[in-house]
Amino acid sequence: MCSLALFPPPPLLGDVTLYEGNNALVSGRVLETLPLPFQSQLADLPTLTIPKETLKAHSRLEHSTKPAFIHHRESLWKRCINAWRDVGVCGVLSEITSAEEEVLQWVKTGSRYALAVCHWVSSLHGSLFPHLSLTSEDMIAEFSQAVDWAGCSIRAFAWHPHTSKFAVALLDDSIRVYNTNSATVPTLKHRLQRNVASMAWKPLCASILAVACQSCVLVWHLDPTSLSTRPSSGCAQVLSHPGHSPVTSLAWAPSGGMLLSASPVDTAMLVWDVSTENCVQLQWFGGGGVTHLAWSPDGSKVLAATPSAVFRVWEAQMWTCERWPTIKGRCQTGCWSPDGSRLLFTVLGESVIYSLSFSEYKGEMQGQVGGPKTASIVADLSETTFETVYGEERIGGEVHSMVWDPSGERLAVIIRGNPGSRTVIAVFRTRNSPVFELLPCGFVQGEQGAQPQLIAFHPCFKKGALLTVCWSTGRISHIPFFFVGAQFPCFSPSHSPMASLSRSSTRVREQPLFSEL
Amino acid sequence: DHAKSSSHCKNGSPGIKRVLGWRAAVGAAWAVLLLPPCAAAFVVLSSADLCRPLRWVSDSFNDLYTSYTIFCILLMSVVILVISIFNVEFYTVAPSIPCSRLALIGKIIHPQQVIHSVVHAIMGMLVAWCAAVITKGRFQFLALPCTASESLDAVVSYVCLNEYHLFFLLFGAFVGYSYSLLYLVNNMNYLPFPVIQQYKYLRFRRSLPQLVKHSCVESLYLVRNFCIAYYFFGKCCDIILFLHKIHPLDNLAGLLDLSLFYHTWLCGVFLLIPWYIAWLLFKIYATEAYHFPVQPTFAEETDQCLPKILSSNPPLIIKFLALQDLMLLSQYSPVRRQEVFSLSQPGGHPHNWTAISRECLNLLSDLTQKLIIHQEAAATNGRIKQPSPGEINKSLNFPEEMAFQAHRSNVLPRTHMPSLVKSLSPLKTSTASDLGSSFGSPFTSPALNRKPGILDLNSPWHGSVQSPHIMRRGPKLWTSSSDLQTNGSYPSSFPMVSVARVGHEAEQPSFMYTWLQNKQEQIRSFLSKRVLVMYFFSKNPEASIQAVFSDAQMHIWALEGLSHLVAASFTEDQFGVVQTTLPAILNTLLTLQEVVDKHFKLPHVSSKPPRISGSLVDTSYKTLRFGLRASLRTAIYRITTTFGEHLNAVQVSTEHKKRLQQFLEFKE
Repeated sequence: MCSLALFPPPPLLGDVTLYEGNNALVSGRVLETLPLPFQSQLADLPTLTIPKETLKAHSRLEHSTKPAFIHHRESLWKRCINAWRDVGVCGVLSEITSAEEEVLQWVKTGSRYALAVCHWVSSLHGSLFPHLSLTSEDMIAEFSQAVDWAGCSIRAFAWHPHTSKFAVALLDDSIRVYNTNSATVPTLKHRLQRNVASMAWKPLCASILAVACQSCVLVWHLDPTSLSTRPSSGCAQVLSHPGHSPVTSLAWAPSGGMLLSASPVDTAMLVWDVSTENCVQLQWFGGGGVTHLAWSPDGSKVLAATPSAVFRVWEAQMWTCERWPTIKGRCQTGCWSPDGSRLLFTVLGESVIYSLSFSEYKGEMQGQVGGPKTASIVADLSETTFETVYGEERIGGEVHSMVWDPSGERLAVIIRGNPGSRTVIAVFRTRNSPVFELLPCGFVQGEQGAQPQLIAFHPCFKKGALLTVCWSTGRISHIPFFFVGAQFPCFSPSHSPMASLSRSSTRVREQPLFSEL
Repeated sequence: DHAKSSSHCKNGSPGIKRVLGWRAAVGAAWAVLLLPPCAAAFVVLSSADLCRPLRWVSDSFNDLYTSYTIFCILLMSVVILVISIFNVEFYTVAPSIPCSRLALIGKIIHPQQVIHSVVHAIMGMLVAWCAAVITKGRFQFLALPCTASESLDAVVSYVCLNEYHLFFLLFGAFVGYSYSLLYLVNNMNYLPFPVIQQYKYLRFRRSLPQLVKHSCVESLYLVRNFCIAYYFFGKCCDIILFLHKIHPLDNLAGLLDLSLFYHTWLCGVFLLIPWYIAWLLFKIYATEAYHFPVQPTFAEETDQCLPKILSSNPPLIIKFLALQDLMLLSQYSPVRRQEVFSLSQPGGHPHNWTAISRECLNLLSDLTQKLIIHQEAAATNGRIKQPSPGEINKSLNFPEEMAFQAHRSNVLPRTHMPSLVKSLSPLKTSTASDLGSSFGSPFTSPALNRKPGILDLNSPWHGSVQSPHIMRRGPKLWTSSSDLQTNGSYPSSFPMVSVARVGHEAEQPSFMYTWLQNKQEQIRSFLSKRVLVMYFFSKNPEASIQAVFSDAQMHIWALEGLSHLVAASFTEDQFGVVQTTLPAILNTLLTLQEVVDKHFKLPHVSSKPPRISGSLVDTSYKTLRFGLRASLRTAIYRITTTFGEHLNAVQVSTEHKKRLQQFLEFKE
């Protein structure tokens, strides 16, 4: 098993991790530029800072025109109809109960009792699934993959699966799309685009972005050749379904046709045929909702985490599922190996990474997920003390989010520290075949005082892997990992920048590491 | 519709037809099996007595085993079987969409539909009778002995009409008729194929709550409508029939009876739920994916293989199933993909791949053609060019020549639009007849079915020929019935009528002809000013666009299947069989893409799908064109992302090369 004790010590305070080369992470001062051979690789990637202060706060808290009008008391009948439309039965009951007009006394009493019963039932429901009593904003903050969703200026981040283009969702509910090939930065705003929890670009498509909002899923159709910086809200398709809000997670099918959306309130996840706006509910009671989705890169399986101590793995052809109860808490995050044969996941309350391996997908075994009986622990991330120049530093704790690079060679993990330790990004080297291996690579450190907020790998970086980190300061930086992929050993050596580098910091590691053998 | 087209089919694929028959039978059997639970629920609910719950439960359990109830369940099983037979007879995979109100009325009074309605009304009455018998109490009998003291001295015993019972029976007939009407109007005979594959049980379970809710709500509306109708018509009937009634119901007081209302509503629900279940089960069973073998294991199975079925002209449902299977195998099954890419044993020809790709490309280029024709009509803004008679004769001689050319012109040379149109015209003319025969046409007459000539009239071939007669189309007055016939899929309707006439006058075209034309135009402009006429004849642009894309599901699958196979061939195709067709595939896809893009820029075409309410009735045929546009783009991207820079080596025209480059750069 791999543990944090095997990691090289974190970089010096004030240093920033710059890149990985020659098998080791290299850090240096902020202003220090990359060695020359690497610069050409990253020349056009924008490194930007979006501080919280520059974002305009909401000019109005109430998103309606109500305060602008003089208050007018409608008749009870009308108010009841409005309440029915807005809230439902409970709204009508509370409206009648609080009515000042002369209503039949027994109607009032009856509705008061009915309301009490409603409250009792909902509190019972809430005690079974405590997350249901949260407000939707708290719920998104709780289940989002961002470390500090509520406080940080960056709330969600998504790389386009085929090109160097990414979208950043900001605190002020706007989304900016950065493209390496063009200077225009479209800013997306929509009336319904509030509290963005997650975003996803449609695969096999130029520019369609799905956004998980508080009340619906918005699908933006952006014209890649357009020079407009402010696409109209007419470019957005609204996908909403009653009872399916807030939406906290989205996943596109890798083959491009379908979109999955999940809400912690809805026990069903929805399969959208986005072009026709048809949706199919995949109902599976138990768990109280779905918080996080991860579609395997080969398109065969989907991980669906729930707010309770159980998660499911769906098989994406006939849509049957396997249920995985966990011991301690809910599944916080998970990621798939590129061939879809292995799932790594973490559980809230435990500082380990679990692994599940699935039999290779053939397509002939319809309706079987084909998972093993138990999950194995592959990494132990419990708190470890490192000796540094400035004294002891404690690192380790629960995993908040985890991403696997598309070539299956690097795994980046955000470890949320206990109160005594800090939040760090740990990077592992991985190999999936012939046997699964997980080796330590190092810690990634940002500027002083910056905590990692979100991580994502560039989907098609040719020279290895490229990790994009959003920091709590609002900075978005890109950290390249230069290596020669094991799957493509015939990687052209002439382009490899390794040869031109000679750093003394390389040292071959020979500690016992996790290996399946 | 299906039966008709299947009888036309020369190539029998008996194995699959038997499978389809079995599926329908199993669906009906399940519907019958689900009847007793429905009946039990009805018994329990109809004898609801909240004040004495224990007695209610025990009573309803006793009622369940009475001979009445069992007889009723048997009778209703027969009803369900009849309904299932109608479902099987009436289904279609490509819905026929009426383009104007007149067309809709034409559909309603079509004999087939009248039979459908009458039978459903009778079945509804039977179910209502069962419901009345099971409900017991005052509803049970039609005639009751009643003692009326008309004269003071003698008590005369009459047989009186129990109007409650009559009310039930008529309500049943009303619901049956409404069901049939809604079945037609909502295109409930359309078989929508599911977005995702799921097991039948799960699909059924998913739809069941919706079904129950839909039935309850619809029954509520039907009760309301029926009460209104009964109130007004009840008076008239009384006068005619001189009936003796115990409790007259055709007054307001009689109708405002809560118990009557409840029982009637329950009867409606009890009627609708089993019917909808039968309908739903049929849909689920019929659209279940069928596994066609790619390569025959035995010689006698050759007819049932996927390539064979695709290249023959089977009933539309079988073609749909075959294309669905192609899509599934191309996406999920490496083993079967390998069979597609394999070479024939003696000879080494890629027969499987050739047959499959040829058929898919034919489908797609047919669609391209259809769209171009539609666009031509729309782009001229209702103007259509009337060919001179000489041209007609010429064009009628063309088909053979065209058929000859068609073999070679799968690959469309790409030029900019007008010349593209010209280059397309020598394509297969059989498209039109395919089109026509695939849609059930109530008013089909053999004379009207001669389409090649008609198509030519309309085709851009003639549009390019200079002709003196330019006709203002305006609201298409004469065309509605023939629109119905061609399903509005292309605006051939007006020329069709004129062709028949013009053909006769081919010898003396000059004066008579122009005079007639003028008169016709005068009458038309006169009529088009009348509001009522406009109301019935005006075409709904949205409907005619929907009609063009009514069978687009087939094309979506062809696109997905083809693109997945091509993408998989990058790593799996050992003999390079796909490479030979790659230019043709790219050409077809890019041409289609251009035409589809153009289509969405036409006026009247909404660029966003309409909101679909999550109701039981599937309206997915209304949004198929959006699905087609999206999957076309995805298909091209799938090929370009897989092949990447290698595509530069593929032989395509420079125009297409530019387009491909844009796709490679993700700028489309």
